[in-house]
Amino acid sequence: MEKVTVSVFRRDPEVDSEGRFVDYEIPVEEGMVVLDAVKYIERHVDPTLSIRWNCMAGKCGSCSAEINNRPSLMCKTRIDSIKGGKIKVSPMAAYPLIKDLVTDVSENWELLRKIPPFTPREGIDKPWRISQVDIERSKEFKKCIECFLCQDVCHVIREHHSGYFGPRHIVKAASLDMHPLDSLDRSEFLNKDAGMGYCNITKCCTEVCPEEIRITDNAIIPEKERVANISYDPLAMLIRSLKKGRREK
Amino acid sequence: MIYMDEKYTTHETDVLIIGAGGAGMRAAISAFDHGSTVTVLSKSLLGKAHTVMAEGGIAAAMANVDSKDSWEVHFADTIEEGVYISNYRMAEILAKEAPDRVRELEEYGALFDRTPDGRIMQRAFGAHTYRRLCHVGDRTGLEIIRTLEDQLLHRGIIFFDEFYVTKLLKEGQRVIGAMGLKLNTGEFHVFNSKAVIIATGGCGRIYKVTSNSWESTGDGLGLAYDAGAELMDMEMIQFHPTGMVYPPGVKGLLVTEGVRGEGGILLNAQGERFMKRYSPKKMELDARDVVARANYAEIMAGRGSPHGGVYLDITHKGPDYIKRKLPSMYKQFMDFAGVDITKEKMEVAPTVHYQMGGIRVDPETTATNVEGLFAAGEVASGLHGANRLGGNSLADILVFGKRSGEGASSFARQASFGKINGSEVEAEIGRVQSFIRDSAINPYDVADKLAETMSTNVGIIRDEKGLKDALAVLQKLREQSLLAGVSGGLKYNKGLLQCLELPFMLTVAEAIVRGAIERKESRGAHARSDYPKKDPAMKKNIIFRREGDKMNLEWRSVPEMPEHLRKLVKEEEY
Repeated sequence: MEKVTVSVFRRDPEVDSEGRFVDYEIPVEEGMVVLDAVKYIERHVDPTLSIRWNCMAGKCGSCSAEINNRPSLMCKTRIDSIKGGKIKVSPMAAYPLIKDLVTDVSENWELLRKIPPFTPREGIDKPWRISQVDIERSKEFKKCIECFLCQDVCHVIREHHSGYFGPRHIVKAASLDMHPLDSLDRSEFLNKDAGMGYCNITKCCTEVCPEEIRITDNAIIPEKERVANISYDPLAMLIRSLKKGRREK
Repeated sequence: MIYMDEKYTTHETDVLIIGAGGAGMRAAISAFDHGSTVTVLSKSLLGKAHTVMAEGGIAAAMANVDSKDSWEVHFADTIEEGVYISNYRMAEILAKEAPDRVRELEEYGALFDRTPDGRIMQRAFGAHTYRRLCHVGDRTGLEIIRTLEDQLLHRGIIFFDEFYVTKLLKEGQRVIGAMGLKLNTGEFHVFNSKAVIIATGGCGRIYKVTSNSWESTGDGLGLAYDAGAELMDMEMIQFHPTGMVYPPGVKGLLVTEGVRGEGGILLNAQGERFMKRYSPKKMELDARDVVARANYAEIMAGRGSPHGGVYLDITHKGPDYIKRKLPSMYKQFMDFAGVDITKEKMEVAPTVHYQMGGIRVDPETTATNVEGLFAAGEVASGLHGANRLGGNSLADILVFGKRSGEGASSFARQASFGKINGSEVEAEIGRVQSFIRDSAINPYDVADKLAETMSTNVGIIRDEKGLKDALAVLQKLREQSLLAGVSGGLKYNKGLLQCLELPFMLTVAEAIVRGAIERKESRGAHARSDYPKKDPAMKKNIIFRREGDKMNLEWRSVPEMPEHLRKLVKEEEY
């Protein structure tokens, strides 16, 4: 039977001062993905290996890791797609390590809590009428499975403690801003509170998104443009002050 | 309030919810909005529950597309396809309340596909008389989860994710809380609560080929059964007609009924559209049990595809339409199988998908027969009878999730906290820790043997001999499960988790097998080769209850429908 060597990062931060890569020989099955390989280790070689997975189908976003240093879903990376045959699996580097391949992503719930929620315009007749074309943009962002690979790849998050919320959260805010019946504009919040200004649009997030959301082009850049328009366009400033006045009544 | 002990931490909450899929989160929102303090426990990370896998849509008689639709027709469809053993009141509540729950979800921020005049779009689905499924492309479950997650987070509802409940705690006959292990820290927590809602979903993982997520191991069924709750209709396991068959790693993964709803047809290896032999009128859109058995029969007759399936073909709809209406199916086949479904046929075969049976509940409040214990969603029973209609489960989790939250909240308002028995807690911690040991049986081997036995002997067509053989295997596996163990520690030890899941999985499997032996007829999803006909004497529910270490089975009459509902439904034919 054909075999493949998978090199897996092992570390329990409460026990080991440093991590190490351990090589495992895995029998290859047709159509096998990296998740199948690490599950094989868990089941047949070393059950103490900690991995996180759930749906095995690219729909839940649990099995995020770095495969040969590239943030990827283990369930969607086929062994036969990896060039050169060397497979190194390590945890997402942007998050605190829990154990082995499992990281603590809980800070994301705190960030999501801070994004102003969906707030429908007042006085819309029910049931709501919305046209299909108006939902398409928001729908793209709603494909997000919260795998946080975009967060992991983002050099602002990896290298600087800037307070930048990260691409996932801009996508979330954009999905709400582009909801046809939402009444808020979250761009100023993104700029002031979520550190969006730190993003220098390198598009790494877009490249790793398993749902192929065009994060930079369709979410981050439009939100940045809104900030620019609102902050520096005199006409927009006037409209904004009128709108505010109306809302305060 | 939080109390710390050396070994565990105790929390107090009015309502404790076990499970954070659609039903659990919807219950949390309504219990919170009714003024209760709420804590949600989730086995996986928040937002990853099996609900995200739901694709096709929510069944709700809104009549946006077919103006003749009404709650009465939805009700009749549900009763008839449940083969007359559903609880009529649950079906009535579902049919009447589903449209409001959908509109409410929209007001929470969910964005459904639209009709040309801007209303919520509805698609055709198996055995629904009218086009009825409100959907978000083929990602309806994900939209529900994200929308409810948002509501949960912004209400500040307390949740513990990656938390596994090992035991319900009782005082006398009443449930007063639960305890378990926080997987990502290895710490024990005890929850003292006035009411507990179980919303842990299904048990598909006791089978080898299933569309279910890793976490669907029937935990809630085991917890409730051990606490004295009645289970019902456990023999009724739904096989979805279309799961992927290739490659091996994704065998069983769901191919949404939406493919057939959008015009997909089933073909055998000879290119014959075989459904016209099995169901000339409804064809591919007959009820799931009918289509699943047809697919199975074609494969068994040697008219299957190279990887042991039949063909599902949607290519005639053209690439634009397919990519717009079934985007995640397109991606799923492209990514995993390297198949372009706009040009090639898919290979599909039946896969274990859903459990119609579960904890018996009161239709109004979702209360179980155990005081203080409630249940909602797939883990509960009664609504779907012998066969569930596609789209009725997403309606179920919203409608009965909400009712459950209200029911538990009302109960909690007039109840006081119970007294947790410290020695019981310590004994349970000891039991959990005892699985960490050397030279023990590998728990995964036990689980694999269980899954193989269930798939081979308790599958889509059953017979007495196979079922009795399965029962004997289960007894052996039960003994082995007590000797299972793993090395390592308490933190993020999935092998330990498998040890803890095994007793629940075995209880659920035993109930399914015993129910399947007991029901000597073929009704809905339960098909017996040795009793191929439906038997009027068995138009009843089977109730499962724990007595000591023995599982007791009892036939119980289906509640009689009042006249005004009975006349909506076709007479049952034999």
